Amino acid sequence: MTNQKIGRRRLLKTMGAGFAATVASPLVFTGRGHAQEFCNNPGDKNPIIGFNVPQTGTYAEEGLEQLKGYELAVKHINGEGDGGMMNTMTPTSLKGNGILGRKLQYVTGDTQTNTDAARDGARRMIERDGAIMVTGCVTTGEAVAQQALCHELGVIYMSGLTHGNDTTGKDKRRYGFRHFFNGYMSGVAIAPILAEEYGRDRKAYHLTADYNWGWTREESIMNATEALGWETVKAVRTPLGIGDYSQYLTPVLNSGADVLILNHYGHDMVNSLPQAVQFGMRDRMINGKQFELIVPMFSELMAVGAGDAVKGIIGTQNWNWQLEDAGSKAFTQSYGAAYGEPPSQSAHTGYVQTLLYADAVERAGTFYPPEVIRALEDFEFDGLGNGPTLYRGSDHQCFKEVLVVRGNENPTSRFDVLNVIGKTPREEVIYDPAIFGGELGPYEPNQC
Amino acid sequence: MFSLSRKNVITLVIFSAIVLTMPIWLKPLGAAYPGLMQKFVIYAIFAIGFNILFGLTGYLSFGHAAFLGVGSYTAVWSFKLLTMDMIPALIFAVIFAGIFALFIGYFSLRRSGIYFSILTLAFAQMSYSLAYSVLTPITFGETGLLIARDDPRAIDAMLGVNQSASGMPVPSLLGFELGGYSGFYICAVVLIVAFFLSQMIFASPFGMALRGIKSNQTRMMYTGFNTKPYMLTAFVISGMFAGLAGGLLAVTDPIAGAERMKWTESGNLVLMTMLGGVGTLVGPVVGAWLIKYLENIFSAINTNMLNNFFDFLPDGVQTVMVTVMSKFVGEGWHLTLGLMFVLIVVFLPGGLVEGTERLVRRFRRIAGPSDEPTGKMASGRAGND
Repeated sequence: MTNQKIGRRRLLKTMGAGFAATVASPLVFTGRGHAQEFCNNPGDKNPIIGFNVPQTGTYAEEGLEQLKGYELAVKHINGEGDGGMMNTMTPTSLKGNGILGRKLQYVTGDTQTNTDAARDGARRMIERDGAIMVTGCVTTGEAVAQQALCHELGVIYMSGLTHGNDTTGKDKRRYGFRHFFNGYMSGVAIAPILAEEYGRDRKAYHLTADYNWGWTREESIMNATEALGWETVKAVRTPLGIGDYSQYLTPVLNSGADVLILNHYGHDMVNSLPQAVQFGMRDRMINGKQFELIVPMFSELMAVGAGDAVKGIIGTQNWNWQLEDAGSKAFTQSYGAAYGEPPSQSAHTGYVQTLLYADAVERAGTFYPPEVIRALEDFEFDGLGNGPTLYRGSDHQCFKEVLVVRGNENPTSRFDVLNVIGKTPREEVIYDPAIFGGELGPYEPNQC
Repeated sequence: MFSLSRKNVITLVIFSAIVLTMPIWLKPLGAAYPGLMQKFVIYAIFAIGFNILFGLTGYLSFGHAAFLGVGSYTAVWSFKLLTMDMIPALIFAVIFAGIFALFIGYFSLRRSGIYFSILTLAFAQMSYSLAYSVLTPITFGETGLLIARDDPRAIDAMLGVNQSASGMPVPSLLGFELGGYSGFYICAVVLIVAFFLSQMIFASPFGMALRGIKSNQTRMMYTGFNTKPYMLTAFVISGMFAGLAGGLLAVTDPIAGAERMKWTESGNLVLMTMLGGVGTLVGPVVGAWLIKYLENIFSAINTNMLNNFFDFLPDGVQTVMVTVMSKFVGEGWHLTLGLMFVLIVVFLPGGLVEGTERLVRRFRRIAGPSDEPTGKMASGRAGND
């Protein structure tokens, strides 16, 4: 029945009409952008912000924790609950009546621990839901992808848990802000404690997850330990997401190294650390010294996942709920009251980022992004759990104390897995923003 | 050469109308924003291309995401090195994906059935690993390939095209900036062209040969056909469609990440095609839209929204409904997708297209057998297979 042909002329006509309709239609549908002076101006309506975190996929647990932190922050900003760290933050312009007197609303999205899905989610929030700010992530990939998108659309992005140097390094953006610390700071912060604990004459062996974060992580810690006088025996890259590390661990034993540094995160670390312990590494004596394991960057969920293996292991953290300052106490208390468990650093950074954004809008007196960005840049604050903190204007990175933690030998509960053993002051972790390159870009937003 | 049957022309016109009016009919479904509509259209192209291979020859490739990724990376590099114009980007994306498909197809097509699937899967996983770590100087690994303001862009520099002074450079078509709705309409036109091409292939002798391979490859060979070149051509065409889709992804959103090449993306593509209807023209498109809709809209529904939705119910019932429903939306959207997939594969092996056809037939039968001579029905279907 397929030989009932239509003539060339008729087909051309049909196609021509279709083409004309196609070309004309954008004119009909794009009249929207001119009504507002900037992207998603809330006008007289309640402002909406978007929480885009992994709720499925590899880092779903950390993402869901972060989401809880965000939801708590919205409650506090809107004057519900006990106010948490809003009471301890100094200076603050937040009054507990929303932002600029209007109730803050939010939408959520699932990034699936995938950069494409993260960008899809962020675009939905910006284009459909009218979000004035987007926040949340658990990997550096998600952070960089969303930050670039938000810059293109002229919406501020407050990143969540991202530890790679790139977020505020080579991929920094004018519209992206990071409260979390980075790999460079971990390296600098952990070094003095390592010298104190393990001496200055050590031979280190690195196992590094083979992707950007792992490499920047490895580079930073290698520089820091070599500055101590440690020798780097070898640095080996391991593929991402393998379950069995024995083929990488066996050579370590015969390499003459007496320290193994695991530049792994999440599931990689949850697998590699216990396997290293099962290899009997911690019981060995090499060069007359006790063999040691180091995991430069920890999270509570990783420590729980690694179980007993984490006992006595040294690493760094952005924040820990056991801190004794007023801000941390207030946050831990109100989070505990809301969810029945202590918060993780993922929840903390999400909470703080939301508060900082809200406060910046209050101080700027407008939602207009360039003004909010100027309010955040070089903002000096205290009382949010990390001591005095600076949001540096030249790369949008927060500078604050970095915690060095050790796996608890006798945990009393599953939340009590990490002990704070040292704090490296802010002055020591500050670096020159020029070392990572990158460019922030202009203040003026694109129209979305 | 560009002639189609009357039935196909009508399909094409209706299809074009549906695609171009997306901003209207997607509004009540909460999906009428450019970001998602672009994805709808682009993934439809991707699925149409995949269907040329899987639907016509029955060879199930589990590695098509690799071609999508290659297309995206090529397009972004074209934005970085040559020009922000989309035409060179798309041309290069299609060519590179085609070359890559030729390479993978040459090896994979030496085997058939499950071995072919496994080979393509292996190649795709290999490409993903390469993109994620080994080839980081080219792909920028985890953080993805992004455009920057200070990229060389040789052609733009030569022509003295001044990219937007504020903000980041934006992909354009002959100086007309793409983004939001204009990006969607450009992709929609490309989709219509892709659909037209797919119709042509389905109706051509080449398409008939591919169907012959699907139904009985041995018999085809006995009748004197060398099936290898046909298979390889189908594979490369299908890879080029994927490259085109990948290039468009980069045009509407200039970033290329390794996750685009992961095997789960290839798996999603298989799901799309099977949900909609393998081997039918519109099936893959419908499947792609359905999955993208679930992924973006369903996954964003949270308990607050459910509470509002079930507000009309009495308190107790509302809580029960919200508790039950919340397992299927938000982070549980995979569960909905899985259930739907199982139901469709078990009860409607021909996908949603078959389901619709069955419904139509039933309605016609109810409407009155005298109006519709049975012969006409049978012939109506014949054009489709």
